[in-house]
Amino acid sequence: MVPISYYLILSGILFACGVIGFLIKRNIITIFMSIELMLNGVNLSFVAFAAQWHHLSGQVFVFFVMVVAAAEASVGLAIIIAVFRTRETLNIDQVNLLKL
Amino acid sequence: MLHLVLFLVFGAICVAGAVNLLAQNHPISSALSLVVVMASLAVEYLLLGAEFVAAVQVIVYAGAVMVLFVFVIMLLNAGAEERTQGSRVALVLGIPGVLAGGLLVAWVLVQRTNTPEVPLGALPGFPKTIGALLFHQFLLPFEVTSILVLIAIMGAVVLASRPEPKMKVPEKES
Repeated sequence: MVPISYYLILSGILFACGVIGFLIKRNIITIFMSIELMLNGVNLSFVAFAAQWHHLSGQVFVFFVMVVAAAEASVGLAIIIAVFRTRETLNIDQVNLLKL
Repeated sequence: MLHLVLFLVFGAICVAGAVNLLAQNHPISSALSLVVVMASLAVEYLLLGAEFVAAVQVIVYAGAVMVLFVFVIMLLNAGAEERTQGSRVALVLGIPGVLAGGLLVAWVLVQRTNTPEVPLGALPGFPKTIGALLFHQFLLPFEVTSILVLIAIMGAVVLASRPEPKMKVPEKES
């Protein structure tokens, strides 16, 4: 028997790691991976709450979050490729214009 | 007891992978530690009984999405990250802000420790039940996500394709 709060604490730690990575990292791909880490933390809390309330909707929502995350990853990485092609860099400090 | 031990072991692996993601300097090391985080999260889902979610986590996240990441890292030949000096304001305001936020969250969690305990495999999410739910109650969101994925595929192809070379006008100067 494990309290639900343990799962929520783990999910919070993962989300916090994602936020910190988003803020301190300078490589655009690593920043993108931090976003995926945040999504994973949220997914864990969805599954934990589904177990708490005995309702499967939480697990279905995790499925939807994964689909959206996969779509986001494909579009985001395509944008990264486009940015790299025009700027020749992955350092976000040198990417300060939205215009290509 | 077994549940708690497994939770603690894989939770520790998970947090170690997340911290390693932050500590590593090279994107490929960060990507591999993210694979570790996702695989151990799949075990956590299994402990809660979410079998379908665990399988999809391994197949979609640890498989497809991370392959995409590693592929892009290799395609762009990403090297080690260049460190830049953050601003002083961020340092002065950020660290107390993080400490205050962390203390607030910790205080709330300590105050509310009466959350229910769940047994091993608390809510079995078999693929059959999830699928029945997905194709009856959540049919409209499911179809909308399929359109979303289609748009994402087209967007990725358009964004990542090379710009078309300009049509060469035959030069007449000699």
